[in-house]
Amino acid sequence: MELKKEMLRGTQLSESDFRAGKVITTDWKPELHYAWDNGVGIGYYLAQLKAGKITASFCNKCNRIMLPPRAFCELCFKPTDGWVDVLDTGTINTFSVSLVDWAARRIKKGERPHTPAVIEIDGASPGHGMLHLIGEIDPYEIKIGMRVKAVWKKPEERTGSITDILYFKPIREPKASRKK
Amino acid sequence: MGLRRVAIVGAGLTKFMRRAQETPKELAYEAAKLALDSCGLRLKDIDSVTIGTAPDAFDGVHRKGEFLADGSGGFGKPTMRHYVGGGTGCFSPTHGWFHVASGMFDTCLVVAEEKMSCAFPHPAGAFLTIFDHTTEQPLYPTLIWIFAMEMNRYMNTYGIPKELIAKVSVKNKGNALDHPAAQVAEKITVEDVLNSEVMAYPVNRLDISPVSDGAAAIVLAAEHVAERITDKPIWIDGMGWNLETSYWCTRDLAYPDYVEKAARMAYKMAGITEPHRQIDIAEPYDPFSYKELHHMEGLLLCGKGEAPQLLADGVTERTGRLPCCPSGGAMGVGNPIAATGLMKVIEIFLQLREEAGARQVPGKPRTGIAQAWGDLMQVGTVVVMRR
Repeated sequence: MELKKEMLRGTQLSESDFRAGKVITTDWKPELHYAWDNGVGIGYYLAQLKAGKITASFCNKCNRIMLPPRAFCELCFKPTDGWVDVLDTGTINTFSVSLVDWAARRIKKGERPHTPAVIEIDGASPGHGMLHLIGEIDPYEIKIGMRVKAVWKKPEERTGSITDILYFKPIREPKASRKK
Repeated sequence: MGLRRVAIVGAGLTKFMRRAQETPKELAYEAAKLALDSCGLRLKDIDSVTIGTAPDAFDGVHRKGEFLADGSGGFGKPTMRHYVGGGTGCFSPTHGWFHVASGMFDTCLVVAEEKMSCAFPHPAGAFLTIFDHTTEQPLYPTLIWIFAMEMNRYMNTYGIPKELIAKVSVKNKGNALDHPAAQVAEKITVEDVLNSEVMAYPVNRLDISPVSDGAAAIVLAAEHVAERITDKPIWIDGMGWNLETSYWCTRDLAYPDYVEKAARMAYKMAGITEPHRQIDIAEPYDPFSYKELHHMEGLLLCGKGEAPQLLADGVTERTGRLPCCPSGGAMGVGNPIAATGLMKVIEIFLQLREEAGARQVPGKPRTGIAQAWGDLMQVGTVVVMRR
């Protein structure tokens, strides 16, 4: 049986239906707060961020240095073997220049576009890194493969949060010392 | 496997709309009722019900399966909900398949519904909590970011120009002109896509599927029952699903490995060894323009980085060798998340029965595939169907 337009139900509402008061809606704005415990792996990660360090956990069996750090290795399914500090430099794996906010609203006129990036962190296993923001560069100059370094909040302002790193900024390095 | 063969015997849809007057359960009812009517069954003929619907946060209602159950014909019956984010709709037939293939039930009504329009200021905000609450949420990510970054990585890895990707929107919105449920069907050009406002580079407004309300439903039956109901059963011959890591930054963003794993699982079950030759028609999930291409590659319908050229060569047009999203897809018909995946299954069902009307692809297709994808860009769900 072919599905034809006249067989399909559903009533599209338009803005004018609401303006004309033809539609009654029930509104609810939840007031609900959560306190998320950070756990063993991320708890230590945050404590180390507060101290100005990026810390990974490692698995000797899989030979991985993992970011974000975790209490157990999800691949070989055993506890991780310890912590290791990695560098606060890395390479942009990919990025965006976003003109919308978290709720898909357009950013204000004149506001700097949001510049999220996936950053592979030096010292962690290839591909391991984090979502963070890029700063101190014209958003339209950002490139995949660009080398970046964390810009930290002042020690007294850090709270043990991913936002203790304000953003990552591009760095210039002599070619010979450039890390993969 | 000692399991019974399962067929799709009926299908129903609602219109897909930006904001529907109907409640979720009213939408579910309309799709379910049409699915039953399409194969001449009544609710009393249905042994079990499965319900697919995506994040509770859209509706602001918990227990969404139970919330939808009366509209889905589920009261007083063995009813179960399934949920794998955006991958839900192409998991729906699998969930129902287990009910029937196992021998526990002869018929199963499978309903997928989504009402995204209730969340304000924008349903995209409901996605904030899919990100890690400690390491990512404080950066106020939007879902569009990760699509934009995945698309950027995909383009950069294979040197794909934006113009080639924009053509997905042109094709799918055009195809949707012939779809009875379509919300955003239109005839547009590549320039229209490139000139539409930038949301998050490299994603423009016309690269994104719309916010939608809608529902879809199918009726499944065991072989001995299916052949009494219809002379055109469409068999579910292969299924696959796979979940990748939630540490999404760690993944290869240029290639959906989990879609490949899901596809390989489905192909093995269906006895497909050369998907690019043996599959006649495909409905890869296309919530963003580049995703159709990304998913064609994950489904092994072409090599890595090759999908844009197939699109440019017209291979994936309705009249091409491998029509992709002949329905119009999420980009054209609309994207009420869970219902979209099932809409794609229904498109393959209609195409294989040669009941797709103006959308019918030529050449009497025998084997089709539908695929969806979701959660934190980490789940692939695949269904292979044959007539």
